[in-house]
Amino acid sequence: MPAGTLYRGREGMWSWVAHRVTGVLIFFFLFVHVLDTSLVRVSPQAYDNVVATYKNPIVNLMEYGLVAAILFHALNGLRVIAVDFWAKGPKYQRQMLWSVVGIWIVLMAGAFYPVLEHTLRTLFGS
Amino acid sequence: MSTPTLDKHSAALDAAESGAFEQITITLRVRRFNPEVSDEVTWVDYQLEMDPKERVLDALHKVKWEIDGSLTFRRSCAHGICGSDAMRINGRNRLACKTLLKDINPEKPITVEPIKGMAVLKDLVVDMDPFFQAYRDVMPFLITKGNEPTRERLQSAEDRARFDDTTKCILCAACTSSCPVFWNDGQYFGPAAIVNAHRFIFDSRDEGGEQRLEILNDKEGVWRCRTTFNCTDACPRGIEVTKAIQEVKRALITRRF
Repeated sequence: MPAGTLYRGREGMWSWVAHRVTGVLIFFFLFVHVLDTSLVRVSPQAYDNVVATYKNPIVNLMEYGLVAAILFHALNGLRVIAVDFWAKGPKYQRQMLWSVVGIWIVLMAGAFYPVLEHTLRTLFGS
Repeated sequence: MSTPTLDKHSAALDAAESGAFEQITITLRVRRFNPEVSDEVTWVDYQLEMDPKERVLDALHKVKWEIDGSLTFRRSCAHGICGSDAMRINGRNRLACKTLLKDINPEKPITVEPIKGMAVLKDLVVDMDPFFQAYRDVMPFLITKGNEPTRERLQSAEDRARFDDTTKCILCAACTSSCPVFWNDGQYFGPAAIVNAHRFIFDSRDEGGEQRLEILNDKEGVWRCRTTFNCTDACPRGIEVTKAIQEVKRALITRRF
């Protein structure tokens, strides 16, 4: 038995956890992104070599994950702003969270083919 | 016409009138810690015969009075007013005296732990000093200027209603110790202190609003709130704690209160 149990928070707490996790993931992406883009100042050849290593299905799947993280962080960010500045925000925070999740699912479904098109074509034929 | 009467007795009413006790066996799983004996934390299971309509506090009493007198917890009034027995029951902050066994699934073991974020002294007792220090720091008393009036300080019903919600606080610390920010940063004022500042900031008779807002404008003040709503969910008095914190934030920006 552990020293203590996990606090059983509700939607508000878990949306905060998800907001943190996606925020950190986006930070790491930006970190790598700035590094590889700045390589072009070192030499265009080095930049091309690095970007060539990205051209595989796993990185493509990570791109879809990046879309997922940014969409959630952006939509939930709007919810947090509403909680802060709209007088009825705290009252409707739960409904707003489920709206965020709903819009997120629709946008993720919409992004599925455009983002993963290349991988789908190479893996499952033209 | 006849007076309205209850012609059908419910099963629960029958049971209550017959004076019969419904007995079930519950498992109470308590986090025990006694620094005088060991630095190790242990979880101890107690099998108890209880009525599902009894409260978690009754179960704790049964353990303390009939099984193990060394079990230590705080309680005073035992009726949800004194705010002594906030603890983590099945992972959530609640008052043991307001939690009925039947409402928290008595078929599974019921876990009871001390509230998080403050040093555990023994079993379910934590050091509440940081909590009450934050409360004192927001100056939870009426501040006025000028001469004292010779009669009451009058207030309209609307002005009274403005801060009605935050007058309900019983300082049980269920909110503050449910806050993830407070767990990681004990310097944060915490929801309870902000609720009690709110109670005076939005009181039309009080003139210390500016001072209190300045205190809460600190980096460990209201801006640390991440709106996780754990405090609002945990409050046994149903205070909309997060809403109160947001109102203080907005008062700091607009200086209207």
